[in-house]
Amino acid sequence: MLIRRPSELAPSDITSPALYARRREFLQLSAGLALATALPASAKLGPGKASTLSTTETPTPLKHVAGYNNFYEFGTDKEDPAQYAHKLRTTPWTVSIEGLVKKPKTLGIEDILKLAPLEERIYRLRCVEGWSMVIPWLGFPVSTLLKQVEPLGNAKYVEFITAVQPDTMPGVRRSVLDWPYIEGLRLDEAMHPLAIMAVGLYGDTLPNQNGAPLRLVVPWKYGFKSGKSIVKIRFTDKEPTTSWMKTAPQEYGFYSNVNPDVNHPRWSQATERRIGEFSKRKTLPFNGYAEQVASLYTGMDLRKNF
Amino acid sequence: MNPSLLKPPLFLLCLGPLAWYGWGVYADTLGANPIEAVTRGLGTWALNFLLITLAVTPLRKYTGWVWLAPLRRMLGLYVFFYATLHLSTYLWLDQFFDWPAIAKDILERPFITVGMICFLLLLPLAATSNAFAIRKLGGRRWKELHRTVYAIGLLAVLHYAWMVKADIAKPLLYAVILGVLLGLRALWLVQEKRRQLAGAYLKKKPLGRIIPIVVRK
Repeated sequence: MLIRRPSELAPSDITSPALYARRREFLQLSAGLALATALPASAKLGPGKASTLSTTETPTPLKHVAGYNNFYEFGTDKEDPAQYAHKLRTTPWTVSIEGLVKKPKTLGIEDILKLAPLEERIYRLRCVEGWSMVIPWLGFPVSTLLKQVEPLGNAKYVEFITAVQPDTMPGVRRSVLDWPYIEGLRLDEAMHPLAIMAVGLYGDTLPNQNGAPLRLVVPWKYGFKSGKSIVKIRFTDKEPTTSWMKTAPQEYGFYSNVNPDVNHPRWSQATERRIGEFSKRKTLPFNGYAEQVASLYTGMDLRKNF
Repeated sequence: MNPSLLKPPLFLLCLGPLAWYGWGVYADTLGANPIEAVTRGLGTWALNFLLITLAVTPLRKYTGWVWLAPLRRMLGLYVFFYATLHLSTYLWLDQFFDWPAIAKDILERPFITVGMICFLLLLPLAATSNAFAIRKLGGRRWKELHRTVYAIGLLAVLHYAWMVKADIAKPLLYAVILGVLLGLRALWLVQEKRRQLAGAYLKKKPLGRIIPIVVRK
């Protein structure tokens, strides 16, 4: 077991020129693919303000971050999203925020991008399947977005509803999951400073397969909690039933916090394979963010509330 | 067609999947998670060879290609070959020979339990895949033993289906193909029973010793 100590790199040193070169290759490639729905190449979003919440671990190469995805709307194989997501229409894009709020709103993506200065958040991502990555996201706190609508006092949960475009998403023609894909958080989880709305990664706009143009990133929970391509956010007083809870309630709970001591019924969660590494790592409680988030769950039985 | 001429090229052809994954690891063409790709790929090929082996007899019966029959043993042994590699990748690259964790996995995770049973059931078949064992066991007992391959097929598909998260399309496809291959055997059994009950084997002069599968009246 290789135990890595955090390196002493400045945040600006983390993305190597070689990676940036590969990013360009990738963008050129996807631009070629996207010719049919050609959009003018936009100026770079990033690099974004560095954040003290970022990890100093080495980011996973972009080709893997954008080439190995679970985005079932585009197919259930890991390579499907990279192959098919270029068709996703990301403009125009609106997000309606509604439910138990004082001022329900529908915001265009261009307005959302102006809500707050973008930050670079380099987070670990742990998939429920037992692999992990380190991803330099570009985004802003979820709380910034949620505060726009002034939640009412009885709002306890936030539901995130994602896009369904039957003509661009080959996966939604089959009912593998209950579309649209729905995720949810408790309001205090959503307002936690670690939870972000991401609009980019590696200093630029999100590749479609990573959930363009707007996605949730909740680094202390399994990856599936971080819904992609969000179109609606609803405040509720009841715990939302998420898509995975509907599909397999005994396997996926509402909280789905990364927890090495609570196994998925069909596989162990004690270890994980960081993409690009040979040996496996021990999975950390709350994906290594216990210090920041464990207090959200004081007094809760995390085995019952898995 | 001469089966002995077919065997060497078939032997090499069956190594193709292994070569493919070997090359993939070397040339880094297996994507972000090559270890998972290799583990799953080898398992898939064990299952593929199982279905191919089970297809030999129906194919021979319906096409009259009798030269297929002598190739079946090699195909069956490739099931064992790929299953062994599949299990090895799990033990080594997934668990790094952490035996307590492996034991826990086998006991607690149904899909691993079933996969392990499959492998254990394959062992006696691989061990008796030679003329000496057939002689020693006697044809009838050997045949009975090797019928466990039907159970292995069912368990292998179950192993696959229980591993999958939500999209069971591919395991289902394997289940359908297996269903057809096993269904044919059931059909032949029923047909043979009927024929024997009708007394067909009594009217015809037997070619050799026939052991009827129905009780004589």
